[in-house]
Amino acid sequence: MTLLHLAIIAPFLFAILVPFLYKYFRKIHTGWFVLILPIVLFSYFVQFIDEMMDGNTIIQTAEWIPSLGINFTAYIDGLGLLFALLITGIGSLVVLYSIFYLAKEKEQLHHFYVYLLMFMGAMLGVVLSDNVIVLYTFWEFTSLSSFLLIGFWYTREKSRYGAQKSMMITIFGGLLMLGGFILLYLLTNTFSIREMISQVPAIMDDKLFVPALILILFGAFTKSAQFPFYIWLPDAMEAPTPVSAYLHSATMVKAGIYLVARFSPVFAGTAEWFWIVSAFGLFTMFWGSFNAVKQTDLKGILAFSTVSQLGMIMSMLGVGSAALVLDSVSDTYYSVAIVAAIFHLINHATFKGSLFMVVGIIDHETGTRDIRKLGGLMSFMPISFTISIIGAFSMAGLPPFNGFLSKEMFFTSMVRITELNILNLETLGLLFPIIAWIASIFTFIYSMIIVFKTFTGKFQPEKLKTKPHEAPIGMLISPIILASLVIIFFFFPSLLEYTIIEPAIASIIPGMLGGDEKFHVHIQPWHGFNTELWMTIGVVLIGLLAFLMLSKWSGIYRFTPKKLTLNKGYDAAIRGLDKSSSTFTRFYMTGFIRDYLAYIFIFMIVIVGTSLVVKNGFSFNLRNTAPVGIYEAVLAAVMVIGTITVLFAKSRLTSIIALGSVGYSLSLFFVLFRAPDLALTQLCVETVSVALFLLCFYYLPELKKREKKLPFKLTNLIISLGVGAIVTLIGLAANSQRVSETISSYFIENSYELAGGKNMVNVILVDFRGFDTLFEITVLCIAALGIYGMIRLQAKKEGEE
Amino acid sequence: MEILMCIVAGILFTAATYLMLSKSILRIIIGTGLLSHGAHLLILTMGGLKKGAAPLLGEHAKSYVDPLPQALILTAIVISFGVTSFFLVLAYRSYQELGTDDMDQLRGNDQYE
Repeated sequence: MTLLHLAIIAPFLFAILVPFLYKYFRKIHTGWFVLILPIVLFSYFVQFIDEMMDGNTIIQTAEWIPSLGINFTAYIDGLGLLFALLITGIGSLVVLYSIFYLAKEKEQLHHFYVYLLMFMGAMLGVVLSDNVIVLYTFWEFTSLSSFLLIGFWYTREKSRYGAQKSMMITIFGGLLMLGGFILLYLLTNTFSIREMISQVPAIMDDKLFVPALILILFGAFTKSAQFPFYIWLPDAMEAPTPVSAYLHSATMVKAGIYLVARFSPVFAGTAEWFWIVSAFGLFTMFWGSFNAVKQTDLKGILAFSTVSQLGMIMSMLGVGSAALVLDSVSDTYYSVAIVAAIFHLINHATFKGSLFMVVGIIDHETGTRDIRKLGGLMSFMPISFTISIIGAFSMAGLPPFNGFLSKEMFFTSMVRITELNILNLETLGLLFPIIAWIASIFTFIYSMIIVFKTFTGKFQPEKLKTKPHEAPIGMLISPIILASLVIIFFFFPSLLEYTIIEPAIASIIPGMLGGDEKFHVHIQPWHGFNTELWMTIGVVLIGLLAFLMLSKWSGIYRFTPKKLTLNKGYDAAIRGLDKSSSTFTRFYMTGFIRDYLAYIFIFMIVIVGTSLVVKNGFSFNLRNTAPVGIYEAVLAAVMVIGTITVLFAKSRLTSIIALGSVGYSLSLFFVLFRAPDLALTQLCVETVSVALFLLCFYYLPELKKREKKLPFKLTNLIISLGVGAIVTLIGLAANSQRVSETISSYFIENSYELAGGKNMVNVILVDFRGFDTLFEITVLCIAALGIYGMIRLQAKKEGEE
Repeated sequence: MEILMCIVAGILFTAATYLMLSKSILRIIIGTGLLSHGAHLLILTMGGLKKGAAPLLGEHAKSYVDPLPQALILTAIVISFGVTSFFLVLAYRSYQELGTDDMDQLRGNDQYE
């Protein structure tokens, strides 16, 4: 346990304190106490930047389950550090924002901050773990805490729906991911990611390699809201806005991106990885941006834009993996996509965080997030307007904001991929820049919608619950900081180049460079009039035109029938599962004891019969059998006749007497087979039993249908014949295949020497195997007490004394 | 001899199963009675039906029949007697309280639907 481990679990430890702080310091907003922690953690993680710049990594191991090779190994490299800084940095800003967003009188702050801290710790654990099982543990913690945060206002129906949906989808992916981890463990015999990476050349051709790849991608795609698993993200917008800003734009949804980046050294370089990651990413980017345009809720637009931007980052990671396929290209011509992915990851966290916070402010100050009700807020909320212009223009990819830089690099990587002529790219490759370009146009349109439908146009005071005014300064601090970062990163991208981005790339595509070489990361706003710039100019022109004529063409969204959307599909699937399992249960759980008995008997017939056939149990051998005597044959006939009489008896009295006759013939059999004690006991017991049956018969009323002949049922007959046949076959098979001698010679020899009795059966009962007898006595006592209880103790019916 | 006994036990099991699948609770109990008879017969048969003296050392015989299955059956007879009598009284009480001995009417899961 080192300081690093402590840093990872510090949020969990602090979460324990939160309820006490809430209870004993009611005057102070609990968020102020919480705020200390992420700031401390952020400054702690900043110290590692120097180490990372020198190309070092830090590994600290604490034993957890060493016998299974599962240890809490904290591992910091460039990628982990980047995420740790994002988590703690944005975390601090979000906590600060939430202090002003959540009122301390109305909200259950202790719940909120406990969940939020749990989430923060879990996220740190995900990005700083080297052991996949530990990673998975923290991964599910993020799903769980996200579930709790989405359902924070649990009295609202929609919150609960959104929480449940996100839980179902992310846990589904998480479990598949665990399957992928286990497959990797089977391949490499280690849970450590670093050791897996070192074994990659050996395992690449194994038949489990591709299934592991696909399963792990399931985890990444569900968490990062890729098509078709993005559907939980728009519904997660029911969470309080600080949560949306933190979890659903900056951190949690990037856990999937992290996973893809982290496992790139293992899987990248295969065609499957390249195609799945980049194709799903690119399509998600297009689909998210296309759907964002039709939303009317500001948070809905932002949710779809997050989906789209995550798709963009994902596709860049996929395209960047092409660099690893090509061994011949010595320069880092294609790895620019990875640089762009990391850079855009940071940019997205800044501008999307600020946009969410602004939307929260608008919601807070006007009482609605519906763009049809909003408009003309520019003069009321000038600061929010400025921030949202910065955020939205950066998202659209305009200068002078950081989104412009990463979008240019995105176009660069998409254009370059068409030049490759491997992996079928010579034909399909052209689709990459075209889809990317169309998606960027839609991105531009919805970015404009966010700003201009909210802040310009006609002011509609009659539709607003409150009179709008600028938010308190405390609420504005965090978005202002984020918006300033948006601009700073544009003018000074060198702040990030070799401090954060280069070490992160070194951990995503290791082994590309030898020795002390470094990746060449140079981000510049201006690189001449090339294809990328013309593409951006085209995006702006067409996007502007489309935005101005939005009402003319927005009708195309009505073409897609509502029933065919993925949400309907999800709902129908959940309902269908519910319904079909209930129908199935109702089908076989009939409540009739006869049906259950029939299931039991049928299973017995099928299982025993099959194993008799499979194991060849029918090898009969008649050598051991004794000869049939005349007495036995006659008695057997009597017994069979008695049994058949029971079956066909028209009255119950006949069947009871026939049952008695079977019992008495059994005792006669005991006589014939030299079992005097058994014969005696059987006689007594049968007499008492028949008496009991008759007693019962006397008290059970005369029911006219009871006196009728037993209704004949063919299925019952078949089942019972099957059971009888199986029992006979088992008896015969067991009888002809004796494997060992009986142990009875011991009893015969020793019952007088050791126990001093000549009746061997009685000696066995009370001496050799006395415990059986003790508990058989207990059984009789319990039966007697039970019978006494049933007769004497009668629960009073309602209304009786 | 063993073959004959196995067949007789099989017939007992067939009849028992058929009775247990019927509606009336009394028939079900009769079925369990037949079932235990069949089981006891089967245990005895499995012990081997070779001729020999009864398992009493006073007989001074050369060979005795196997005493162990007899001890097991004796235990089984007593236990099945205890269970059968409990079962019978249960049937009697349930008839008193519920007014029926038809298993089709004694379904418990209506309230959960």
